[in-house]
Amino acid sequence: MSAVGDRRWHGLLVNGALLLLAVLSLAPLLWMASVSFMPRGEASQFPPPLLPSTATLEGYRALFASAGMARNFANSLLVAVAITALSVLLNTMAGYAFAKLRFAGRERIFQLLLAALVVPAQVAMLPLFLLMKQLGLVNTYWGVIVPAMASVFGIFLVRQYARGIPDALIEAARIDGASELRIFFQIVLPLLRPVLVTLAVFSFMAAWNDFMWPLIVLTDQERYTLPVALAALSREHIMDVELMMAGAVVTVLPVLVLFLLLQRYYLQGLLLGSVKG
Amino acid sequence: MRASLAAWVFAAPALLVLAVFFGLPVLAAALLSLTDFDLYALADPAHLRFVALDNYLALLRTPLFWKALGNTTYFVAVGVPLSIAVSLGAALLLNSPLARMRGLMRTALFAPVVTTLVAVAVIWRYLFHTGYGLVNWALGHLGIAPVDWLGDPRWAMPTIILFAAWKNFGYNMVIFLAGLQTIPQELYEAARIDGASRWRQFLHITLPQLGPVLLLVGVITVSGYFQLFAEPYVMTRGDPLQSTVSVLYYMFEEGFRWWNLGRASAVAFVLFLVILGVTALLLRAGRRRDLL
Repeated sequence: MSAVGDRRWHGLLVNGALLLLAVLSLAPLLWMASVSFMPRGEASQFPPPLLPSTATLEGYRALFASAGMARNFANSLLVAVAITALSVLLNTMAGYAFAKLRFAGRERIFQLLLAALVVPAQVAMLPLFLLMKQLGLVNTYWGVIVPAMASVFGIFLVRQYARGIPDALIEAARIDGASELRIFFQIVLPLLRPVLVTLAVFSFMAAWNDFMWPLIVLTDQERYTLPVALAALSREHIMDVELMMAGAVVTVLPVLVLFLLLQRYYLQGLLLGSVKG
Repeated sequence: MRASLAAWVFAAPALLVLAVFFGLPVLAAALLSLTDFDLYALADPAHLRFVALDNYLALLRTPLFWKALGNTTYFVAVGVPLSIAVSLGAALLLNSPLARMRGLMRTALFAPVVTTLVAVAVIWRYLFHTGYGLVNWALGHLGIAPVDWLGDPRWAMPTIILFAAWKNFGYNMVIFLAGLQTIPQELYEAARIDGASRWRQFLHITLPQLGPVLLLVGVITVSGYFQLFAEPYVMTRGDPLQSTVSVLYYMFEEGFRWWNLGRASAVAFVLFLVILGVTALLLRAGRRRDLL
């Protein structure tokens, strides 16, 4: 076989395999979207239809009207936005301190934080629940938000990035008499902008997708976030495929769109943070 | 002096949150696992008794705990190699100079990673439905009789493993892709001049060069997969015949359904020790091959 022919076959093979992987990756999501527009009961037939015979919003209407998912959507949004805002602020302040400010025990505390990464979060969950009960935060939004307000991963991410800021810049501002707070907000924060976006995207997605802790700390359907509500719904309405798929679309779409818009920042953070483990 | 005070002001809020809502609970879990904390103690702490290692010893005599540990080990032992193989394969394809529309393909392959686990687990329940699922319908065209994917104890865990591979492979793919791009092209050119086949280039250049990345990915994936919970919670509730009860699922049931918080804490610690042990083994194997 000629070299050109060999190369062509190879190219066909590579692109064919990639296309197959892409179809397998996206097919469940496309099927979800399609079924969410089907009239009630249409998906539970054999052979299973791929597209709705007539597109309808019945599933979505049932979801928001009778299943009350609008409330859960609002809960998820509130919790995820609050966690994102608070954790970005706290992690950025701490990451900057670990990178650029001197204080006693700095290295030792940082080592301790990194060591804590090996402890699975679930080990803390049982006593954390008792603590939340003591604080009266069980079945409140704060119960979900408070433990997520800081993360070792976030501190680490900011520290790595902030180390690139020249010391001379901060020194010069100090000599000019700027306060530490002013230096942080007016000089450091603007320089950290890219990593702040990365951190915000990560925090929001993690908070939006989180399941186990909200499942534990939220006990009332009214307070459930979307994943918890969806899991509960699937236990009651498992035969109602169209309703369930409408619920899945509403849950997945916000994070998917956010990822598509801010992909570059997300993937950067993934590579910087893959030291996490 | 001023800088030192400022540093504490900046670092303290995050450190405080981590200490109170993570550090403290982890230490408390260790103590809790040595008590008989249960529903009665939850109502009145006076019922609390110190039982030393009784919870751990009781676990060793509990068949369901061993079953959960076995199921989780099965999930890790098959799921991790499968996921990593798919990730590596996808990264190699994307890294090929012949690949077209790379950015678009990478986005498509990565999409499952960012989706909400609970939502996509629900989708898979329907796709793998025995009667009207698309998977059995497609297999029917190949003459394969319907499989009761999530209802048959032999198939439930393999189905969950397939799901996990689908959901997660994009994550490691991106890490591999970055690793592949750091391999010097000259190595491949030299091999081609020597007439080495693609397969030999992969074995003798790509794999060794990716060594440290493989180790990192292995460690992250193993510890992540040991924490299996939401998949069985949503897809099977641990059934059929408890074939998909994972260690964390068992911990959740013991702790938050039966309120045996002492017992459940012991389960959490055993899982932690197992993860620590397996990670140490992986790192030792890596060190022996000079990957660290």
